[in-house]
Amino acid sequence: MDVPEHLFRREAGRLVSILTRLFGLHNLALAEDVVQDAFCRALETWKFHGVPANPSAWLMKTAKHRALDILRREGTARRCAPELERELDSEWTLAPAVDEAFAAGLDDAQLRMMFSCIHPRLPEETQVALVLHLLCGFGIDETAAAFLKGRAAMEKRIARAKKTLAASKRLFDLGGPAEVAARLPAVLRALYLLFNEGYHCASPQAAVRAELCEEALRLVYLLLEHRLTSTPAAHALAALMNLHAARLPGRLDAHGNLLVLVDQDRSRWDAARIAEGLRQLELSAAGAELTPYHVESAIAAAHARAPSAGQTDWDEIVSLYDLLMRIEPSPVVAFNRAVALAQRFGAARGLEEIARIKDRKRLERYPFYYAAVAEFESRLGRPAKARDSLAEALKLARNPAERRFLREKMSNLASLERRD
Amino acid sequence: MSEFALLYRSTQEAHREAMGSPEKAQQSMTKWRAWFKEMADQGQLKSIGQPLERVGSVVAGKKRTVTDGPYAETKDVIGGFSLIEARDLEQAAKIASGCPILEFGGSVEVRPVLQLGI
Repeated sequence: MDVPEHLFRREAGRLVSILTRLFGLHNLALAEDVVQDAFCRALETWKFHGVPANPSAWLMKTAKHRALDILRREGTARRCAPELERELDSEWTLAPAVDEAFAAGLDDAQLRMMFSCIHPRLPEETQVALVLHLLCGFGIDETAAAFLKGRAAMEKRIARAKKTLAASKRLFDLGGPAEVAARLPAVLRALYLLFNEGYHCASPQAAVRAELCEEALRLVYLLLEHRLTSTPAAHALAALMNLHAARLPGRLDAHGNLLVLVDQDRSRWDAARIAEGLRQLELSAAGAELTPYHVESAIAAAHARAPSAGQTDWDEIVSLYDLLMRIEPSPVVAFNRAVALAQRFGAARGLEEIARIKDRKRLERYPFYYAAVAEFESRLGRPAKARDSLAEALKLARNPAERRFLREKMSNLASLERRD
Repeated sequence: MSEFALLYRSTQEAHREAMGSPEKAQQSMTKWRAWFKEMADQGQLKSIGQPLERVGSVVAGKKRTVTDGPYAETKDVIGGFSLIEARDLEQAAKIASGCPILEFGGSVEVRPVLQLGI
């Protein structure tokens, strides 16, 4: 049997969560050591004897033995395990308690770890990095690569963040509805950012991007399994992620070139993901709460429902962007709204709307802002202006795929001019 | 054809390095399985062998003194062994040069197995 894909990464997140629940957040490093030991042992044994039938169970059992050894050691137990204080007095209660933690607490422990990572004293980007590192089992190198940051900087940032977590001994307690409700929006936000990091990120490797999206999806489903965290907003976020992830297979053509939404081959979109996204969107409609996730997933659903780009209901999409501008205005939302208006009323309207965006300066960091302006200028028969904008976009392009995409636009422009 | 023992050696540090992150562990495992499979497919693998714990006891001297060892932290220790078949030492060493342990700072010791027949 081969090693299941990403087995170690996935198990790392689970095991670290369970072990941290036992040892306490202040002993996170100890929990990580135990996981590392279990992996070393697996590596040594499996390479000779083959991968066992249930590798997850094997790893869990190995980690559990090691945890029991550590907890039994004189003196360490009491300092170690804030949640087992009562059970630690005798061997009779310790072993069953540890058993119980490993048997039952899987999803629960991961969820608690997730809430712990979203520590209010940590900046958002650090929260997301921590989730990726601790819950998704990304090593420092991989976490740094996901954010296009240097290894040393990421290592320092994660080490500092772990110190912040260690201030509380216990993992976040999911027992208090008020505390859960208070932190949930930040948790959703972090998962949203994690997904977007994958969906929009500049990493040239498509595989890296898809993995981040998959991880964000996995984590949002953990939220949906718990009574206190499966809120309408969480369903809306799940809908959004599914509907966007469904389009990932269509974003590149056969030559690995980027395609914008309207040019994508819709038969390559993932139909199962779309169906699941629409189902989650329905579930999100319970209750009176309207979050940006609701609106964004409704926009994604409008695209998903259109059999072809030409049959897109742009009126609906524009009105959804209007709504989004009311509940969460930003230059990016305003820009997307302008693009939708251009689809409905033509390129001139698009440019007009772009000119009216407040804080337009903030968009000037994104290559696709200039690419859209170039597209509108070109449609209006102003190739010189279009070329200037494309040149700006090219300066900002973040990877070979984006550069290829923009160069292609540039050469199309040139052939258009020749024809005139 | 002659028989050779491959002794896989690494320091604790190199051993940990092979682990690095979960994804590295996964890659390392995949490489080892692929390497063993390749040898098996070529009919070179006589016995995949066994992994060894990195620590144990050393019994020494006439007094049969038992001490802990080998000292996994400081030395290169044998983490496992396999038996292969090859034409000669040169070919055996060539086979060993594909071992994934070399990518992580370990080494493979190749030793001909002494046979009764000449």
